[in-house]
Amino acid sequence: MQCNICTKKKATVHLTEIIDGQVTELHLCEECAREKSVQMEQQFGLADLLAGLADFGKQVKDVDKVKLDCPHCGVSYDDFKKFGRLGCSECYTAFREHLSSLLKKIHGSNLHLGKAPLEFPQPAGPAIETLRDLKTQLQEAVQKEDFEKAAELRDKIRISEKKEETPS
Amino acid sequence: MNINDLINHTAEWLRGAGPNSNIVMSTRIRLARNLAKVPFPNRAEKNDLVSVVDDLGKAIAENNYFKDSVFLKMNELDSIDKQFLVERHLMSHEHAVSGDGKALIVSAEEVLSVMVNEEDHLRIQVMQSGLTLNESWGIINKLDDSLSKILNYAYMGNWGYLTACPTNTGTAMRGSVMLHLPALVMTKQINKVLAAIAKLSFASRGFYGEGTQARGNIYQISNQVSLGHSEEDILQNIGGLIRQVIEQEEQARQALFMQNRSMLEDKIFRSLGVLKSAHIISSQETIELLSMVRLGVDLGILNQVDRAHINELFITIQPAHLQKIEGKKLTPAQRDTRRAALIREKLGGV
Repeated sequence: MQCNICTKKKATVHLTEIIDGQVTELHLCEECAREKSVQMEQQFGLADLLAGLADFGKQVKDVDKVKLDCPHCGVSYDDFKKFGRLGCSECYTAFREHLSSLLKKIHGSNLHLGKAPLEFPQPAGPAIETLRDLKTQLQEAVQKEDFEKAAELRDKIRISEKKEETPS
Repeated sequence: MNINDLINHTAEWLRGAGPNSNIVMSTRIRLARNLAKVPFPNRAEKNDLVSVVDDLGKAIAENNYFKDSVFLKMNELDSIDKQFLVERHLMSHEHAVSGDGKALIVSAEEVLSVMVNEEDHLRIQVMQSGLTLNESWGIINKLDDSLSKILNYAYMGNWGYLTACPTNTGTAMRGSVMLHLPALVMTKQINKVLAAIAKLSFASRGFYGEGTQARGNIYQISNQVSLGHSEEDILQNIGGLIRQVIEQEEQARQALFMQNRSMLEDKIFRSLGVLKSAHIISSQETIELLSMVRLGVDLGILNQVDRAHINELFITIQPAHLQKIEGKKLTPAQRDTRRAALIREKLGGV
């Protein structure tokens, strides 16, 4: 089969497009497919992509029924879905449950393992120490592919974070 | 220093030196940071934005990394100035659009720059010549630490640095390496390499910014995932990937050199010939020819040409640069003439 666009090379990529319920099949060579994919990326901006991903948040809680607004800046979860941008640092707390699954979709993880600000006000006591230790242990468990231990640690981290979770 | 001083300097990252500089043009690391509880720039009122600019101005003024820096408020710049800064890779296109409450701070040598109130309150960038992921991380990490003592960063223990767009949350770090890959393009292997990069969740794009075609065979490769790995791990992964791409390009260069030497030499010498002789030249043609000449320098075919001059020309032949050099607005036709003159000047042409 030959490529539908250049009609010269052999079609190796087969694409099904559904636009307004109309199904079109395209058979493309590697080169034309690459061009097509660039066009598609331009059509679907990051905001759309995010909005699409964010819809998965509905599985956590039905957002159509519960209207979510950030109490600090007034951005609603719907605004975020539309524009793909949050309004302030407090939105992360306001939309916590939805963002948790969204972050996991985007990054494949929802646990920060990088640096922290030097003067980040650490809640007093050993609680945060434990959380950090748990995270380190989790990383080690994952590296060793000890998934049972990792799951156990993950749950402990979750409980510990529920207690801690307030942005600075 | 002010903006006009930049034109007489060559940025450190264009030196054409540093590790693997025959293929790697530069390494850049960017950190996004926001101030806690202050609305992100897309939601902020003008007075919020202005106070972020002022707060940061103070923090930067006290910071040793920004001795002899340039502090630019976007609403005080004209469109050529803004485009000039975009062309120099000091800020994004988005930052040039609408100027109220936006600023840019550039350190001497242009190693560090900070966009204030782009998508996030702060976008801190370090950019150096060659493959310098570790060294560059060392610099930006220290700067970030020192700023974190004065600025109240938005941060959560489990999600890291909080950004306007969740695609940046976590480390909020983007490491990106700019590579010159003419042999992979000439041997038609580049698409395979780019496909492999995409599969590994890294992004590749052209030299002249997001959404641009890779003109001049220059590609930027960067990480997309910013959460779930430490900064060092992310950079190590990029480094590993880049070293593989470098190896592929080196093999392709060797193959071209061994199998098609006269064709290659012909292409390179003709390119240099046109650059040295042309009196009218478009930026598109210039960039393609510069790429060939750079390859000639890297392969030792052209010994009399300085790599730093070629790197610099990739930047200075762009429209706003030509107009800053000339000190006035130029029409596209005038630019093509001025561009040719600039190239002859730099390369000792006729």
